[in-house]
Amino acid sequence: MSDEIVIDVRGLSKTFGEVRAVDDFDLKVPRGAIYGFLGPNGSGKTTTIRMVCGLLKPDSGEGEVLGYDVLNESLSIKERVGYMTQKFSLYEDLSIRENLEFIARLYELDRRNERVDQALEDLGLAERQKQLAGKLSGGWKQRLALAACMIHEPQLLLLDEPTAGVDPKARRDFWDQIRRYSAQGVTTLVSTHYMDEAVQCDSIAYIAYGKKLLDAATAEIPKQIGLHAWRISGRPLQRAQAMLEEAPAVELVARFGAEIHACGHDAAALEGAVRRVKQAQPHVEVEPIEAGFEEIFIYLMSGSIDNVQ
Amino acid sequence: MTRSRLPVLSNLLDLSWSRVFAVFLKELVQMRRDRPTFAIMIMMPVMQLVLFGYAINTDPRHLPAVVEMREDGPLTRAFLASLTASTYIDIVAVTPRADDAETMLRSGEASFLISIPEGFERRMVRGERPQILIAADASDPVAAGGAIAGIERIAQQAFAPEFGGALSYLARAPPPYEIVVHRRYNPAGVTAFNIVPALLGVILTMTMVMITSIALTRETERGTMENLLATPVRPLEVMIGKTTPYIGVGAIQVAIVLVAAALLFRIPFTGSFLAFLVAVSLFIFANLMLGYLISTVARTQMQAMQMTFFIFLPSILLSGFMFPFRAMPGWAQAIGEALPITHFLRMVREIVLKKAGFADIIGDLWPLTLILLVLATLALLRFRRTLD
Repeated sequence: MSDEIVIDVRGLSKTFGEVRAVDDFDLKVPRGAIYGFLGPNGSGKTTTIRMVCGLLKPDSGEGEVLGYDVLNESLSIKERVGYMTQKFSLYEDLSIRENLEFIARLYELDRRNERVDQALEDLGLAERQKQLAGKLSGGWKQRLALAACMIHEPQLLLLDEPTAGVDPKARRDFWDQIRRYSAQGVTTLVSTHYMDEAVQCDSIAYIAYGKKLLDAATAEIPKQIGLHAWRISGRPLQRAQAMLEEAPAVELVARFGAEIHACGHDAAALEGAVRRVKQAQPHVEVEPIEAGFEEIFIYLMSGSIDNVQ
Repeated sequence: MTRSRLPVLSNLLDLSWSRVFAVFLKELVQMRRDRPTFAIMIMMPVMQLVLFGYAINTDPRHLPAVVEMREDGPLTRAFLASLTASTYIDIVAVTPRADDAETMLRSGEASFLISIPEGFERRMVRGERPQILIAADASDPVAAGGAIAGIERIAQQAFAPEFGGALSYLARAPPPYEIVVHRRYNPAGVTAFNIVPALLGVILTMTMVMITSIALTRETERGTMENLLATPVRPLEVMIGKTTPYIGVGAIQVAIVLVAAALLFRIPFTGSFLAFLVAVSLFIFANLMLGYLISTVARTQMQAMQMTFFIFLPSILLSGFMFPFRAMPGWAQAIGEALPITHFLRMVREIVLKKAGFADIIGDLWPLTLILLVLATLALLRFRRTLD
């Protein structure tokens, strides 16, 4: 019984023409978890999510979603999963209410009017329910899309970059909502490019070139990567950065406003490199810091530039 | 003034051939990538050439005729032999029974009824100028006109060699017989009688196919298909749900054409209205399925439009709408038989102009039903349940 594991897929692979979009992908997501899905553009996140919800047929692999076979029971999966597409995919020429009613009818929900009213109320769109969905701003479209994929009370939410192009306030509200669902036992698999969102996830899977490179509880990740970091601030920063970039022990040089974070696996060699910069540029300040997610993911992504679509 | 204007003008005329070439190359590549559009652009002139060059015949020949022979003698046999040899008509039956011949004319099995009365030879020899009756199905005036003229020439040529010796007194003008032409179903040969009911078929084909041809491609292009497929909706549900709204549109179009036919063109509605309703409903369904099938094949709305026109062209040219169906070569008729409109045109002309009921249109009702079922099945099979 997969009462605890909601998504359990093994060896999922998908090839489009010559491109192996997803390669031998495994994932186990426990009930109620918020699972972050990270990776550069074109790394196979969307393809994976589509395979999980039955929108694409895997070339090979197997697995269960909510206890249903991923290959043969996609209709049962579709009935119980809420999938939010990367691009707004509701009808721009239907009103907000009409969109929700359409989706509610497709799922054959009882108490349809009540549910739609409730969803509009939760959204704060009750006043504007007759407005065309196409007239909404990006943030509101996002919230409408989330409401639409939650209207049938799914046990699993699949969100494909749900907050892309949404302002920070709207993103924060969006994540508050996701955490409320999680508290109610809804499982979420969410892909994102934002580090502040990634750290809110219980676990993170990192994918590049269709291969999963990392899959761990969020708190475990810094330890797993084992990255050490130093902060360099002051002036002249540009010269310091040039020096750091040439040092072999420094694997990552990332600029954060008025400071530079230099990272590397070899703590002693990294410190040596930073100290040499300090000697050459006595006006800069250096101090060791803990490597954050920002550094870790920039480090991961620098190893795999954007994949070919 | 001129000084300030000149730079603007030169900016407008400024042109880089390398940029032009860049755009040209890009368009060429895109065109080559869009295979279906490219294929249709190539196919369209080929198809038109073939249709106009070979299939379309405004000098109709080989029209089916039934001969009602009430007398069998040497002179009438000579006439029959000449008719048989003629390329204007093809004799599909020779019968002594008037009922049989009439039925064949009404059902459309024959476009002409050539009737030779009893005592024809005796009365001709006596110089009484007996009548040869030609009843032509003038619901298609173009087809009728050419062949009527042809039959008069055939009669002259058939009888001339017989009027020798003792009968030489008959070889004079006017001929010793009289050809009487009855234009049936459309006595005045009004083209509108033929065109207007048929126009209903063309209008329905055009609009129903075009509207439904973008049913799915619009979803794909706007990105809403992904959401639709993520719901538990089934292919048949999508098909029925997306096509049925247009039945209402079709009904309105039918009403408009019927009212116009009655009020503007004064076309009498002679047959069974119930049979008409059944025929037109079936025809609307078939067109909706045809459009929906296109929409499962086309990847963009543009492709869907082009495929619609690809269907539309033979629907006009090979269905008997514009040119007599029977005058086309066999392969063109075969294509015509596969088009819903061909069967609808026959039925609607028979019902409106020829007092036909269910019994008379059954020969076109079942092929149309078959086409409908095949189209619906193909569309369902083509429907992609995933984004693959």
